[in-house]
Amino acid sequence: MDTTDIAASGRSFSKGLGFRKSLMTLAASVMLATSAQAATPSTAEVNTTGLAVTDDTVTVGILHSITGTMAISEIGSVQAEKLAIDQINASGGVLGRQIDFVQEDGASDWPTFAEKSRKLLRQDNVAAIFGAWTSASRKAVLPVMEQYNGMLYYPTFYEGLEQSPNVVYTGQEATQQILASLNWAAETKGAKSFYLLGSDYIWPRTSNKIARKHIEDKLGLKVSGEEYYPLGHTQFNSVINKIKLKKPDVIFASVVGGSNVAFYKQMKAAGIDFTDEKPLLLTISVTEDEIRGIGGENVDGIYASMKYFQSLENANNKEFVAAFKEAYGDDMVIGDVTQAAYLGPWLWKAAVEKAGSFDIDKIREEFAGIEFKKAPEGYVRIHENHHLWSKTRIGQAQTDGQYKVVFETEELMEPDPFPEGYQ
Amino acid sequence: MKTSSPMKWFVSREGLYYLGLAALLVVILPLILDPFRLNMVGKYLTYAFVAIGLVMCWGKAGILSLGQGVFFGLGGYCMAMFLKLEASTPEATAIQSTPGIPDFMDWNQLTELPWFWEPFHSFSFTLLAVIGVPVLLAFVIGLAMFTRRVGGVYFAIITQAIAAVLTILIIGQQGFTGGVNGITDLQTLKGWDIRTDEARNILYFVCVGMLFLVLFVARFVQNSKLGRILVAMNAQETRVRFSGYDVAAFKIFVFCLAAAFAGVGGAMFTLIVGFMSPSFIGIVGSIEMVIFCALGGRLSILGAVYGALLVNAAKSGFSESFPELWPFAMGALFIGVVLAFPNGMAGLYQTYVMPLEDKIFKRKKVEAVAAAEPEATKPVAKKTDDYDPMIDSYSPEKS
Repeated sequence: MDTTDIAASGRSFSKGLGFRKSLMTLAASVMLATSAQAATPSTAEVNTTGLAVTDDTVTVGILHSITGTMAISEIGSVQAEKLAIDQINASGGVLGRQIDFVQEDGASDWPTFAEKSRKLLRQDNVAAIFGAWTSASRKAVLPVMEQYNGMLYYPTFYEGLEQSPNVVYTGQEATQQILASLNWAAETKGAKSFYLLGSDYIWPRTSNKIARKHIEDKLGLKVSGEEYYPLGHTQFNSVINKIKLKKPDVIFASVVGGSNVAFYKQMKAAGIDFTDEKPLLLTISVTEDEIRGIGGENVDGIYASMKYFQSLENANNKEFVAAFKEAYGDDMVIGDVTQAAYLGPWLWKAAVEKAGSFDIDKIREEFAGIEFKKAPEGYVRIHENHHLWSKTRIGQAQTDGQYKVVFETEELMEPDPFPEGYQ
Repeated sequence: MKTSSPMKWFVSREGLYYLGLAALLVVILPLILDPFRLNMVGKYLTYAFVAIGLVMCWGKAGILSLGQGVFFGLGGYCMAMFLKLEASTPEATAIQSTPGIPDFMDWNQLTELPWFWEPFHSFSFTLLAVIGVPVLLAFVIGLAMFTRRVGGVYFAIITQAIAAVLTILIIGQQGFTGGVNGITDLQTLKGWDIRTDEARNILYFVCVGMLFLVLFVARFVQNSKLGRILVAMNAQETRVRFSGYDVAAFKIFVFCLAAAFAGVGGAMFTLIVGFMSPSFIGIVGSIEMVIFCALGGRLSILGAVYGALLVNAAKSGFSESFPELWPFAMGALFIGVVLAFPNGMAGLYQTYVMPLEDKIFKRKKVEAVAAAEPEATKPVAKKTDDYDPMIDSYSPEKS
């Protein structure tokens, strides 16, 4: 606290009555923020639908798993969203209002996500929800968002095949992650055959469906195998033997969660050195966050296709990484999804200010074309299909757990959640 | 045991307990809660169906099943399949490569509806399946286990394994089941939108009605000769067998009964929450349901209802107030209750609250009795003080 602050607080204490009065208005505004009838005449203009908006504050919701198996992945998103909210508040808030947030725990359980999202919309009347991580939690929340006309800012790269008017997808849909990276493997690395490998659920299956179509129909190359393993699977010896037998040029991997640790350790133990690039391993599921669990020495040399890496060399990102580490500690790493989560509050702010209103329906009309020039990934823009225009980047993992960026698309990739010719 | 007239039962102590629960669920909660919270109470009540089944199966007959989530899930999936088919009209799914099938099938490259989904176009078949499928599975498991005299811990482990197997099956066969996402985005029941507040309120009352139906079935069973054999079997299985009873048949019956209750609960869950996912079927979900039952008091069917309500209310409350720490609060609650009150809330009630009630009851009774015929009825009045947790019922005519 510097001297002017002390002087200011001393001044308000000396005017005892005025201080009490301001305290009461503050208390009243807090009560209003939590009550259902938040619309007071002064906010009537920017809030016609009874959201939790007062003269000084606007309340949003954060809904991620901070307990259970998904917590390790989702906590980064929570941190990024809170950081963005703090920064927005420090720079004056949204339409002159400071952002309050209500945080709820989805507990890695999809029905809990549905319950909590309903609570946030019905009881807290939040103006926006930043949350959900897995596709399953998004699918659970989606009907609630559509029923009560909420707006969800969803950060994870996902399978596409969805375009809800009540969701903004700040992560990449499948084609944005896959097509450019397959082209890169074919053109730069001269790959001729691909082995598709993933965990058994909707995202890897859809991703590999798109990858197969692209490899076979567009590139005219060969898919030498396609396999799925249950979530949590830890025995990859048989597939490693098959890979050794078939000698594909590229292993295209979308193994998620704890299976990753077993997968990469067993690959290494079987004598596959990724730095030799025989075969080259290209993953769409291992971010810096996952490497912390797998261990940098086990993934040394693999390539990942993302839109963001912590090591990106641009001024926005340097600022973002510094702020993140200052807020949460020097040993924090920032993965693709964490960065996408950080975009959520900023995009919401931009849309609200363009619409001049917190009303969901008015914001929705303004989404197309909203830009965020300070994005750590460089620059993003919202497409009319509620997804983001983003670049595809390829990074090579280093032993210190960071990626070295080796390729990025020149243009922003257009989001295409229902890709024709890939269905 | 003589049967009492219904009116007399309602003013008996047991009757008053049921009336108290009915007043709470039908009058008090709907008056003080907004539709959102009431819907959540409805969701908690669907777990109470499972807990009542567990009281019958575990508390009375001594068969601990750690796989009740399986039956809850099967009931729920049956209902969800019907609702999903209704939501997947060719018009609503025109964007898909194969219109007219559920969206997740289309994502998994299925081009026609699997054969076992076909019957779920029929609502009456669905209602039958909600009870029939869980009961059938319980019957098969029971037949395989109990006729071979597998019991106790071994049975508990096997039921847990079945829960794990079914979860893997459902998640693995995602083209047919929706996988880990579950079956989501259910909208209408026979054209009636189940997502509106009004519909949710109606469903809440339907759920309460079904709950009382199940409570009365459970009560009927426990007060019948059958119920006494179950309790006897729990205490001295060999003696019951040597007395000429087919122990396996009784065990299969009560296991199927618990499965039927759980199936009804699961179907109500799907209707109230609007989707079904494999997370209840698994081991964690199944064990949670045992906790509801243990916390309420595993010998008391009414205790089970309160247990399910309180644990879930605490879970929602804690997780809303302390999103970072709530699992610890829940853990402390479970450990505390099990350590301090092994008979759960029903036991607690019996030890501390019932003596107080007795004082009030007795005074009135004695006054009433004194007016009529003091000498003859006094012993009966004394009997009323002995609440028997094994029977979990009180009726003045018991003796």
